[in-house]
Amino acid sequence: MPVIRIDGVEYEVEAGGNLLEATLGLGLDLPYFCWHPAMGSIGACRQCAVVQYLDEESEQAGRGRIVMGCMTPVTDGAIFSLGGDRAQQFREAIVESLMLNHPHDCPVCAEGGECHLQDMTVMVGHRDRHYRGRKNTHRNQYLGPLIHHEMNRCITCYRCTRYYRDYAGGTDLAALASRDHIYFGRHQEGVLQSEFAGNLVEVCPTGVFTDRILVHDYTRKWDLQSAPSVCTGCAVGCNTLPGERYGRLKRVHNRYNVEVNGYFLCDRGRFGAGFVNSDKRLEYPGLRREDGRYDALDHHRALQQLQAACNQGNLAGIGSPRTSVEANFLLRTLVGPDNFSPGFADSEQPLVNLALQLQQDSPAVTPDLRSIESADAVLVLGEDVTNTAPRIALALRQSVRNRAYAMAADLGLETWQDAAIRNLAQDERSPLYITAPGDTPLDDVAAGTDRLAPQDIACLGQAVAASIAGDSNEAGQDRAAEIAAALAGAQRPLVVSGTGCASGEVMQAAAAVANALCTAGRQAMLCLAVPEANSLGQALLCGADAPDFSALQQRAEAGEVDTLLVLENDLYRRGDGDRIDRLLAAFKRVIVLDGLDNATTSSADLVLPAASFAESEGTLVSLEGRAQRHFPVFPPPAERRPAWVWLLACLKELEREEAGSLHHFDDITRACAAAIPGLSGIPAAAPDHHFRNAGVKIPRQTHRYSGRTAMRADVSVHEPKQPQDEESALAFTMEGLNRAQPGSLLPYVWSPGWNSNQSLHKFQGEVGGPLKGGTAGVRLLQPGSGPVVSGSTGPEPFRAEDGQWQLVPRQKIFGSEELSALSPGIDELVTPAFVELGSADAESLGVADGDGLELGDGLARLELRINDCIPAGCAGFAAGHAGAENLQPLARVTLRRAEGWQRREPQIIGSDGGGGND
Amino acid sequence: MTDLIPVLSDEELREINAEIAHVPVPAAVAIDALKIVQAHRGWVSDESLQAIARHLEMSAEELEGVATFYNLIFRRPVGENVILLCNSISCWIKGCDKLQAKISAQLGIALGETTPDNRYTLLPVTCLGACDKAPVMMVGEELHENISEQGLGDVFGEDGG
Repeated sequence: MPVIRIDGVEYEVEAGGNLLEATLGLGLDLPYFCWHPAMGSIGACRQCAVVQYLDEESEQAGRGRIVMGCMTPVTDGAIFSLGGDRAQQFREAIVESLMLNHPHDCPVCAEGGECHLQDMTVMVGHRDRHYRGRKNTHRNQYLGPLIHHEMNRCITCYRCTRYYRDYAGGTDLAALASRDHIYFGRHQEGVLQSEFAGNLVEVCPTGVFTDRILVHDYTRKWDLQSAPSVCTGCAVGCNTLPGERYGRLKRVHNRYNVEVNGYFLCDRGRFGAGFVNSDKRLEYPGLRREDGRYDALDHHRALQQLQAACNQGNLAGIGSPRTSVEANFLLRTLVGPDNFSPGFADSEQPLVNLALQLQQDSPAVTPDLRSIESADAVLVLGEDVTNTAPRIALALRQSVRNRAYAMAADLGLETWQDAAIRNLAQDERSPLYITAPGDTPLDDVAAGTDRLAPQDIACLGQAVAASIAGDSNEAGQDRAAEIAAALAGAQRPLVVSGTGCASGEVMQAAAAVANALCTAGRQAMLCLAVPEANSLGQALLCGADAPDFSALQQRAEAGEVDTLLVLENDLYRRGDGDRIDRLLAAFKRVIVLDGLDNATTSSADLVLPAASFAESEGTLVSLEGRAQRHFPVFPPPAERRPAWVWLLACLKELEREEAGSLHHFDDITRACAAAIPGLSGIPAAAPDHHFRNAGVKIPRQTHRYSGRTAMRADVSVHEPKQPQDEESALAFTMEGLNRAQPGSLLPYVWSPGWNSNQSLHKFQGEVGGPLKGGTAGVRLLQPGSGPVVSGSTGPEPFRAEDGQWQLVPRQKIFGSEELSALSPGIDELVTPAFVELGSADAESLGVADGDGLELGDGLARLELRINDCIPAGCAGFAAGHAGAENLQPLARVTLRRAEGWQRREPQIIGSDGGGGND
Repeated sequence: MTDLIPVLSDEELREINAEIAHVPVPAAVAIDALKIVQAHRGWVSDESLQAIARHLEMSAEELEGVATFYNLIFRRPVGENVILLCNSISCWIKGCDKLQAKISAQLGIALGETTPDNRYTLLPVTCLGACDKAPVMMVGEELHENISEQGLGDVFGEDGG
């Protein structure tokens, strides 16, 4: 490793890096703007200037030259000075010039208090502004309900477009005009189209792009109470930092996890937690009266009711793949494994079990996101990851750049030389083949796209597997041979599939490809997306033979069970309405624990309000089999309790033996790990409640947290005692130590002089490396020994039938997931449910775009969208959207023009008149 | 909304396509296409820009970035004759400020404005490459060298055109 000297001190640094990275990694402060650890260097802002000396003699003579840290490779024996006068003056002058047009609006800026520009300005010592001219002013744009635009604050570091265009593949944000007129925005006002636009909030070093939801319900970072959490928007398990004030969840920031989400989230994750503040949240337990209305109870009486119901009846339970392993484990304990359904839709349950089984069996590695980024050839089979597991799509976008990095390596270019490598590679990309029943937002970087019916996707996948195995190709399978050659020729080939198109055959084909690659001696990876935050945990908990809804209904109809407990699950999203009505009607009593009012809670005899992920601890198992713990960001109101608290109290009231040793949340985790072999690793997801950081707890509040005394002064001038957290090593206070703790217990990032999220490098061992305290979560899946691939030919090819269309799910990042769709901002982006047909199929029905279609015999009436990427004989439908609940994926249905359909008026894009109002 | 965008004229398309024939990707002729449309229409409207972007398989933002980078691609309507008055160092030494004041007085327009009869638009320009003959300006396609305050009358007429 090279040794460099900085201001007279010698340091050993990682070879191949640049000086800025190395300096930050050493814990030294060097200001910067345009550089970003995930996006490399372009040397544009000139802020990280340092003095480099040719040799010791010139160092002693003070004859050095100014170089940019981010563009200077660390070479053995290099001599630098950060503190050298000229470098210091240079950096101060740079900030002063960047600030020429920057308004003095910090007190009303949403970035204030966590602004990288503020931090850097203080760091370089710039205080007095000498410029006396007029400042440029710009008109702001309406960029949609999620992102607020305030262009006057821009310092033209170009990070926004480098992120949005180069990193995330967006096309509708650009640098416009030139010189000091430069403007970062859209051609015209309108919603930013990228599914990852929200990261601009964290990427922008100042307040040009801010969280629009936060701007309108504002709290400064230092006044937020936050805790390490895990996104519940999909199964990827991105680590998040939700922030709370006054009992309201204010915003979600990224929590760095080097193996999962790195520096970025998707917009469903960032903005999809607003449901926590919804008016539909349940605050009190409710007992249904004869007239169908509910009486509010306190939790003592509610618990009595629950206990009485449990004593009287024979219990059955339906768990939930969207809530924690622990809550599900307790309900399963309460009702008994034979009477516990994991809570998947009947058609979904075998798919999730299959996804788990394929990953357990396959010798291919289940990749984390960092490994996905390292893939140099990818085949996506049937899964629209941008809309089902969005963060994976962003990782796949990086994977296609591995060809560019290979080209750069040939020339001796380091990977951080961002502009040079993009220039070198132009449109050269590693191969990514996408096969799906329609278009997907990743198609623009694909080497090939095949839009096929699910059965045909499976056929193609099997043909690829056969081709890799060297079996002779059938005629007409040139594409399979092409894909096989790309995968077999790669060092780290990856196959991505999942439950998104609802076909087990497709996932089997994906596994067959991965297995064939392993057999051929490749280090293959197999990634299978599942629908929800804890789908995989639920499959591990319940096993493949767990009863589904039909089985529970039969048991109820046979009189074996008569009381149903439903845990955080709106059953009406998991089957058609009549079907769920019959299921619930088969039980004498229905008790529902959930967070929000929904169709299922409205059918319950007793409703118990459950705390959300932000008010409760829990372990979730992500699609890569990573168990991760989330912690309450704030305590729930008095009568709303975490589901595990309700269930544990009930078990104790019933004096059940299993509950005897359960006192804390951790005890449940450990009991679950002891009882369920597949989950034996989960206690290691995070330290238990005994953990202390250097003898003290870890604070959820920053040391500058203000106004705690005044917060409730309108109610009482007596400040209540802060709530005690008996369940974790975190505390609801500002006292304690947020430093050098395990990675899973990081409640916020802050370091002296570094108030923004850029302080993260102070918590990393090296820039872009793991957190010093270790990477959060524990992997539960190991590669299997794998069944040898047989020459399976897969299913029969798809045949379109006259007058019948096969329903293929079309997943949407906004709308297909239940809770995020209820969050402010995202609710504006959810479109009404739709059905998609190719134009030939639409023509045969005599219908046009915007007409209404009736699906089946009154199953649904949906708006038609013409989409020529939908295979003939297939009809795409908006999965998970209101109005499409009755549609069974892959079923064949009739289609006809809906009578009396009102076409929607063309939508006018709204505007809030730009910014300036924060 | 995209349906409402008027297509480019056949002549414009023919000229743009002739340029595309010389390059590997259509987006490479972005500047030429903007110039072609401006030559036909005097300026590049939002609708024209969107139509060009679609034809070149670029996003409107990408093309807008190009169009607004260059000060001689006009994204607002201009008069029949664009006056490009050089204000670079040589022309500044030779008194372009006075000339500008004179033109503005004569035509009744400030920099960036168009006369009510739509004959002239006055714009500053950083260099016309004729520093040895400063001060200089272009009116339409014609370069005027060594201009004096008196000489302006010859160009615009005493009454301002």
